[in-house]
Amino acid sequence: MSDELNNKNQQEEEQYSLNDDRRVKVLSPGALVVKRFFRNRLAVLGLIMLIVMFAFSFIGGLITPYGQAEQFYTYTYLEKEYVGVTRNNDLRYAVAEGQEFGTILQAQFLLAQSKGKDSFEYKGESYAVAEEGPDLYSISKADGTVLAIAYKDIVNAADGMEEPTFPVKYGALKAYVNKETEFSAEGADYALDEDGNILSGDEVIGYISRFVVAPKENGVTITRDFKERLEEALETDDEEFVYVGEDGEEHSYSISYDASALVWSVKQETATYVYDTYARPSYAHPLGTDNNGMDMLVRLMYGGRVSLIIGFIVVIIETFLGVLLGGISGYFGGWVDNLIMRLVDIFYCIPSMPIIIILGAAMDNMRVDPQIRMLYLMLILGFLGWAGIARLVRGQILSLREQEFMTATEACGIRVSRRIFRHLIPNVIPQLIVTCTMGLGSVILTEATLSFLGLGVKFPFASWGNIISDVNNSYVMTTFWFVWIPAGLCLLITVLGFNFVGDGLRDAFDPKMKR
Amino acid sequence: MRNYIIKRIIISIGILFFVTLIIYTLIRCLPTSYVETMAIQLSSKPGSKPYEEWLAQLNASYGLDQPILVGYLHWLGDFARGNFGDSWKFTVPVVEEFKSVIGVSFVMGAISLILQLVIAIPLGVVAATKQYSRSDYIISASALVGISLPTFFFATVLKLIFAVKLGWFDTHGLVGRTYAQLDSAGQFLDMCAHLVLPIVTLTIVSVGSLMRYTRTNMLEVLNADYIRTARAKGLSESKVIYHHAFRNTLIPLVTIVGGSLPGLFSGALITETLFSIPGIGYVSYQAMVAGDIPFTMFYLTFIAILTLAGNLISDVLYAVVDPRVRIA
Repeated sequence: MSDELNNKNQQEEEQYSLNDDRRVKVLSPGALVVKRFFRNRLAVLGLIMLIVMFAFSFIGGLITPYGQAEQFYTYTYLEKEYVGVTRNNDLRYAVAEGQEFGTILQAQFLLAQSKGKDSFEYKGESYAVAEEGPDLYSISKADGTVLAIAYKDIVNAADGMEEPTFPVKYGALKAYVNKETEFSAEGADYALDEDGNILSGDEVIGYISRFVVAPKENGVTITRDFKERLEEALETDDEEFVYVGEDGEEHSYSISYDASALVWSVKQETATYVYDTYARPSYAHPLGTDNNGMDMLVRLMYGGRVSLIIGFIVVIIETFLGVLLGGISGYFGGWVDNLIMRLVDIFYCIPSMPIIIILGAAMDNMRVDPQIRMLYLMLILGFLGWAGIARLVRGQILSLREQEFMTATEACGIRVSRRIFRHLIPNVIPQLIVTCTMGLGSVILTEATLSFLGLGVKFPFASWGNIISDVNNSYVMTTFWFVWIPAGLCLLITVLGFNFVGDGLRDAFDPKMKR
Repeated sequence: MRNYIIKRIIISIGILFFVTLIIYTLIRCLPTSYVETMAIQLSSKPGSKPYEEWLAQLNASYGLDQPILVGYLHWLGDFARGNFGDSWKFTVPVVEEFKSVIGVSFVMGAISLILQLVIAIPLGVVAATKQYSRSDYIISASALVGISLPTFFFATVLKLIFAVKLGWFDTHGLVGRTYAQLDSAGQFLDMCAHLVLPIVTLTIVSVGSLMRYTRTNMLEVLNADYIRTARAKGLSESKVIYHHAFRNTLIPLVTIVGGSLPGLFSGALITETLFSIPGIGYVSYQAMVAGDIPFTMFYLTFIAILTLAGNLISDVLYAVVDPRVRIA
């Protein structure tokens, strides 16, 4: 008080110029509120939290390259049995043209071969066995014509070539086992390279290999090229190799040896195009993806948008109804007041959460379109929540209308509607703002709870509540933290922000505040 | 006083009439999913009547073919006579199902309320006496965090930490797998262990508002003239706060706690559902989602009665506790 007096005296003594800083000592009520608000650290923290969440939800959705319901795909690699490879350890037979070499003869030959004899007899005829090289035998009749050969290295026709004739086979094998590089058969010259290819001039007509490669799937043809690559891998004991197929795509193969069956099984990794579900956080998806292969971060942004918009619209509906009915009730009093207050009592008494759950279940049953459902949700929440605001407004107005300024408005002959909405309501606004700010937080919580139960906002729309509802699958809860923890934190931060700001505003609007 | 209570009870009955009328109308206007589902089931049996006939028969037997107002009066008559009907979903009388589940809900609510009082009142008093101190900021902020915590998120986090990672508790249910083999003391302990997480959830998410309420009222009392007088006459600060101020803070606290007593029976819908605790909240959630009209009507009316009773108790207590208040 004495300070003010001092100021006054000083002002009288010396004239301050209009833009003198010292003149501006007195703050308007609004400025005082702002000053008190910003002095409250929690309130400022809440304001920052809200600004961040709003920016995240509304601006974030604009600058992100992905859409709300954009699904992402990925390749998963499945190992499929491709071919089986065995190393040939049995003697095989090739019979010369026009000759016969039946199973009995084969048995006789094997007997002779195992005993190391160079001839055997069958049905009075004698056959000569000659070892032409390692694992290559020729069987000839008494007159010296070669009847058949027994071998372990196998002569295959090259891709698209005809099966080599018996003399060619014979010649090729003889050269192969004796490590020669040339041979001639049927009057033609052939060459043999170190890979076992049989060349006629420059053309490969066949190749020799100890391995038998059999496809495990129908419709798979195995090229010579692939076989060569495979043999190379087998010889160097590689467990994996990469081969570029005829379609130009690179496939990787893994080799495993089954010792009991003496088979190498070769598995091909085939790519399948699927939704990229529950992908771990990565550069492309900082918070991973959800169970529909949608980017979590983008879902969070759009979810925030939905939650905030629903919160605002519901609070606007509540406030509109509450101020209207509370204002009328408080101003007129009498039977109007009585009637409206009994209505408020009834709405206070209606258990809102169960009612919303029932309505949500009913909408599920009627298969309401998700967008219209959101609208209904807002209307229901707003319609069930106005009673508290009406009670607040009425109480304030009851005390305000007895004050002198209201008598003055009456004396001036101002219209009733104007008196209520221009002179009474503005005096209620500070309290109203506080209630609405805190109400926003609780509406967002209610919406999230409903969406969590699957009765609020529905797919394809995102909401923080329905993002968290993924935890109903306990595998998701325990394994994929990035799916639900960020959504919960967003929800917590937003509601906390509203509560901090509301609390700060309550203190700031309070003229009795010491600070 | 007695006249006041009688008057209030009469008004409450009037309010209850309208509330039940609104709820009944709402439920009847919805597609009766339960009856339809049952009619589909029955008509799909071999050699059965067609769907429409079953639907008509079921509607008649459940009294759903009457007009809403007639149906309501019928329901009201039954309700007044204490006949609450049979639950469709649980296929037992509503009261029987209610009796079997209310105990757990009440125990959970009561323990949680005691914990809330033990935590909130001392902290609220401390925050108010040291206004704007570091401890006040911490207490106020954590009270707001508690209010802002989404129950379902907090419960899931608790489950993840204590049930999955640490393995101290089960994630679901009231009894464990070995319940049947335990002796009675073991069974009791098993149930207690299963109630720990739900009670912690309930307490944490609702302790905040009580804490703030205590703080606000304590602050108001501390600004009162008689506190200044007490200080002026040289009483020690502890005597001022715990003898003069705290007693006066108890007035609003007693009324609000008294008013919340009936709420102990209303169950915790979300928490019970999340932890699959067979209490009134979880059971009524199942009934509501299944469209079980008798049980839902009973539950909602029960909740409405509890709300009205709570209001009445807190108003009456206000007059009882505070001699300055006179009720006309």
